[in-house]
Amino acid sequence: MRHIMSPLDFTVEELDQLLDLANDIEANPAKYAHACEGKKIATLFYEPSTRTRLSFEAAMLNLGGSVLGFSSADSSSAAKGESVSDTIRIVSCYADICAMRHPKEGAPLVASMKSSIPVINAGDGGHQHPTQTLTDLLTIRSLKGRLDHITIGLCGDLKFGRTVHSLINALVRYPEVTFVLISPEELRIPDYIREDVLRKNNQKFKEVVRLEDALPELDLLYMTRVQKERFFNEEDYVRMKDFYILDKTKMELAKPDMLVLHPLPRVNEISVEVDDDPRAAYFKQVQYGVYVRMALILTLLEVKVC
Amino acid sequence: MLNVGQLNEGVVLDHIEAGKSMQIYKYLKLDKMDCCVAIIKNAHSNKMGKKDIIKVECPIDQLDLNVLGYIDHNITVNIIQNATIVDKKELKLPKQLVNIIHCKNPRCITSIEQELDQVFLLTDPEKEVYRCKYCEEKYRSSRKNNR
Repeated sequence: MRHIMSPLDFTVEELDQLLDLANDIEANPAKYAHACEGKKIATLFYEPSTRTRLSFEAAMLNLGGSVLGFSSADSSSAAKGESVSDTIRIVSCYADICAMRHPKEGAPLVASMKSSIPVINAGDGGHQHPTQTLTDLLTIRSLKGRLDHITIGLCGDLKFGRTVHSLINALVRYPEVTFVLISPEELRIPDYIREDVLRKNNQKFKEVVRLEDALPELDLLYMTRVQKERFFNEEDYVRMKDFYILDKTKMELAKPDMLVLHPLPRVNEISVEVDDDPRAAYFKQVQYGVYVRMALILTLLEVKVC
Repeated sequence: MLNVGQLNEGVVLDHIEAGKSMQIYKYLKLDKMDCCVAIIKNAHSNKMGKKDIIKVECPIDQLDLNVLGYIDHNITVNIIQNATIVDKKELKLPKQLVNIIHCKNPRCITSIEQELDQVFLLTDPEKEVYRCKYCEEKYRSSRKNNR
């Protein structure tokens, strides 16, 4: 039995197989419509995340399975003081696989240590969110045709943005990926990513403040939201939240085939006028999120579809 | 120098950084052992100026000396049998520390589920970096901080 705590739990070869499976699901959805009949996924969401939860639930329903779970800690036994270890032991009796979102970092790992069903980390605080990274990789590979030889701009909150950290960790495994890190001084990439990941892997990267300066050279632009919940200080949040706004004028500086990705939800960082630009890929990214979660559920449940 | 009686069987921990002996006493759980322990603080040392020494009289297998590698791998560990030094143990950084250091990340699961073991893994032996098993928060080896 296997759990997924980090996108790096998969080797590059395993990841390729997973993304191939996701692409096959995209091409032949009917083939997989009954693959998980009789199976249940428990979505244990200790903090609200409608989009991720619905994506997991849609993925299982698309596979013919069923779903159960809770969508906030208030509606679970956690409100009565039950530990994560106890909850997962109980849920193991009800479901075949589980996806856990928890505000505390490492909670899904604790669950996996006591679980008798596969546990998927659906986001733990500012730590890991592997299915978002798998979604990003599937989107890039499907729309660009490759994960290597790309120049990717990562823009916004690079300090607290776990999706950015995970994506960098995943992409350094591919050759000739250049990173352009676009952030205000206060939200620069943490030292451990700069030193232990980028420099250690001799990765080409640069750090800039102005989005306009970076745009012309990018194959991909990954925008992120400045997340209110990661700040202890409201004042800092207000000062940072509208630092970057991607609009039509800025898009004119970009290559004609540059893709814009965003883990969503967005607030002000991408103007709605960009939505109709063919380079805006963030809603397609949501669809890829369902395919990759379907592929992940099949892989962890070891369901083979011929 | 102050004289403490000779050991018949046990361990002499020499060249402990002055002032650290009580920390080691605690980490080795010597307070819970029913054996003879001598702690010498601020002894004269040609090499270090002053140093601490701990002598423990007990069978060697009763002590988990791995943790000493984390605290200070410059400590000399002399194994005593029949009142003579039979071995000097080389200290290495342990791959895992359990309930030795605590995660200070307020977002870590260990901050709310206190029955969990505090586990740190050696993720970079060269830089002596330990990270919390659960949240991967970095914790540097104490001797790097202190020396």
